[in-house]
Amino acid sequence: MTTNAPPLLRVRDLTITFPGRRRGSAPIRAVDRIGFDVAAGETLGLVGESGCGKSTTGRTIVRLLEPTAGSVSFEGRDISHLSQRALKPLRRDLQMVFQDPHSSLNPRHTVARIIADPLLVQGATVAAARKRAVELMELVGLIPEHIDRHPHEFSGGQAQRIGIARALATNPRLVVADEPVSALDVSVQAQIVNLMERLQSELGLAYLFIAHDLSVVKRVCDRVAVMYLGRIVEIGAKERVYAAPAHPYTRALLSAVPLPDPAAERSRERITLLGDPPSPAAPPPGCTFHPRCPKAREICRTEAPPLRTLVPGEPREVACHFPEGV
Amino acid sequence: MGDSASLLSVRDLTVTFPTKRGPVRAVDSLAFDVLPGRTLGIVGESGSGKSVTSLAVMGLHTGAEVTGSVTLAGRELIGLSDRELNALRGRRMAMIFQDPLSSLHPYYTVGEQVAEHHRVHFGSRRATARERAVEALAEVGIPEPRRRAGEYPHQFSGGMRQRVMIAMALVCEPDLLIADEPTTALDVTVQAQILDLIARLQQERGLSVVMITHDLGVVARVAHDVLVMYGGRSAEHAPVDALFASPAHPYTRGLLDSLPRLDDPDDAPLRAIPGSPPSLLEPAPGCAFAPRCPRAAAGSEEERNRCATERPSLGGPDGHPAACHFPAYEGVAP
Repeated sequence: MTTNAPPLLRVRDLTITFPGRRRGSAPIRAVDRIGFDVAAGETLGLVGESGCGKSTTGRTIVRLLEPTAGSVSFEGRDISHLSQRALKPLRRDLQMVFQDPHSSLNPRHTVARIIADPLLVQGATVAAARKRAVELMELVGLIPEHIDRHPHEFSGGQAQRIGIARALATNPRLVVADEPVSALDVSVQAQIVNLMERLQSELGLAYLFIAHDLSVVKRVCDRVAVMYLGRIVEIGAKERVYAAPAHPYTRALLSAVPLPDPAAERSRERITLLGDPPSPAAPPPGCTFHPRCPKAREICRTEAPPLRTLVPGEPREVACHFPEGV
Repeated sequence: MGDSASLLSVRDLTVTFPTKRGPVRAVDSLAFDVLPGRTLGIVGESGSGKSVTSLAVMGLHTGAEVTGSVTLAGRELIGLSDRELNALRGRRMAMIFQDPLSSLHPYYTVGEQVAEHHRVHFGSRRATARERAVEALAEVGIPEPRRRAGEYPHQFSGGMRQRVMIAMALVCEPDLLIADEPTTALDVTVQAQILDLIARLQQERGLSVVMITHDLGVVARVAHDVLVMYGGRSAEHAPVDALFASPAHPYTRGLLDSLPRLDDPDDAPLRAIPGSPPSLLEPAPGCAFAPRCPRAAAGSEEERNRCATERPSLGGPDGHPAACHFPAYEGVAP
């Protein structure tokens, strides 16, 4: 980046801990000193397996949670500890789309009310909000005549369109989308992916796209961050990360995705990891990936590798003592 | 049809549920065979009837009307009493489900639950059954099986629980394993482990597997043959290579085209299938896929009419039938 203007979103040393299950037990560190930027109009993919902290990160960025340490800055302003009242004007710029469209829409409200709600909160009149809801329904490919229906009258894909329309109501600059297509049928996922891409180019949105499906992330993102047990293990331009993954976990993750192509499946080399992702309540010492890592050596058991640039000048960082391709 | 060499043979299977809004035909005139030592993948979206089919094969539907024929090693299963079915379920055919935690009893140790199967079906002594359970847990790759057999389900991770379910399914050495979305609730690295395990057990034991999934990648990895279901019916049925190389049904084609792929170099917009999967409450009179079908839309008025009003039957070449009025076969214009 050549300008010195702050990026749209800047996350630095973000740490989020939750109290342990029993009184007196150690707190659980769900997110551990992560940092990244999202530029205006850009999509950053946040991928990882269950429990890696990706959703917790997303919820903290829209300030549904408050960080334990570190900072979240939006357009240069630190919002990590703002009060709900101080956050209210910011909510216009910062919206979220959830995984399960039906459980994130109030079943007793009409579509009009659901989409207009954020506008009413921001002080719009009822008539203006309803007019805007009609526009938004058209924008996301819903039939405006359905504005007085309730969520249960819509299919999963249509309900997700309602969720997207609601998120877009206030003309946000950044949308955090937490697994926006994983609850949808395969034949409907592509519709929503295409819709989100179209909206991005029409409205200049930035997305933080949280997902476990690496194929979807490859399609929608400009850059991708791979999380493992609360930390970012690899982050960089999508082309580099997918074509030449440097962290052994990224490599294993990519090789574990089944390809819809039987011939390719038979011929490809697969790295099968041993064991399960460890619990964030008891992270292994050193590099948290070492118990499952095919390349682990002594230093990996004792020393946590910092995130560092792999090749000078290349926009990619990796946290590994023995990264691939070096 | 009616292949005498097949282990499982399903003919004209129809499952109807009575509902307040009228009967719902969840599975309609389905037919397929599973050969010994082979894996049949059944692919479909929610409401396609794939899970209903597997439960019907296992005789696990109560309150539904099941007609047609399901034979396992030549023996008809439809119409058997619960007592007769109980002797076969778990012994000759076993099933694993998407969520292993809800399929395991929280109050019994894992070893007890696996051993119980052996005791029930073989009348074995507790000690023998327990030994067999430990062996089965070892075989599915649970480390320290003797110690772990004394632990409870909540002490196991998701992947390890699914291994326990597989051990339980296999302890009586069945001929057929039905796996209903066995890896959908698991992380992708753990999914790879479980798929490898099922493939290894199949090779070692000559097991027949029915793999039910919504994931075409999983099918490409494990299946020999594939049945694609849509709206409760068979849309297309083919050997796995033929299905992926030259899908005859526009729905299969559409699914493959709409998938974002890791090995796809270009970032052009995905070719999405418009619309949503059909409602089974008000089935269309014609082809269930017609309202979403690009081939029907591109046809002449007469052709469009045919798709909208006449239900296509499964036709085409013997090894690769498709239920479409205008199927696309290699070398044949659709």
